[in-house]
Amino acid sequence: MSSTETNQIREAIEQAIAEHPTILFMKGSPEAPACGFSARTVAALQALDAPFAAVDVLPDPRIRQELSAISDWPTIPQLFVGGELLGGCDIVMEMYESGELAAALGVEEPAGADTVAGVGATALSGAAQPTGGFTQIENRLG
Amino acid sequence: MPTAEEIKQRIEAAIPGSRAEVDDWTGGGDHFRATVTAAAFAGRNRIEQHRVVYEIFGAEIGGPIHALSLKTQSD
Repeated sequence: MSSTETNQIREAIEQAIAEHPTILFMKGSPEAPACGFSARTVAALQALDAPFAAVDVLPDPRIRQELSAISDWPTIPQLFVGGELLGGCDIVMEMYESGELAAALGVEEPAGADTVAGVGATALSGAAQPTGGFTQIENRLG
Repeated sequence: MPTAEEIKQRIEAAIPGSRAEVDDWTGGGDHFRATVTAAAFAGRNRIEQHRVVYEIFGAEIGGPIHALSLKTQSD
């Protein structure tokens, strides 16, 4: 791999973070999460009806490598709001349960969206629909 | 591959005065869940608190430790 390509990936990630008010880097897509932690994070965002962009880190290992270098955060998923890392799955779920996530995202907390079990069930059933655009970093590199 | 007990000891050794409860989430020896309480977390946001714990394990996170789910709190 050339360092030029790596720099392009890093720039594309930085640009995506800057362009999207809420952007989730995850394994898989909101429609088909490839990891339970990513699935739970997507479900929390969807339970709040929060629009978000999503990036699948799996197609190219360099996406994850560069993302973690930018964010100083070792794990996936990573949720960025307003250009800043809000957290991974644990922090997002903690903030969801406390109501802080809705506040951070500037959305209203819908009634009945207060149980983790409900969030998990939504993710597993596949009933939840993505509410935001799905961005693929590699599309920006053509 | 580290055990839950080893992870607990490494966290408590690395963060003086901390208490860690660690369990093997799936029983498979690579997905762990830890609750860490430390006075050192006071004044830091959650991101910074989690980074302190992640840094103890470095590249082991995502490697032999596939996942380390964290809950952190100050005393």
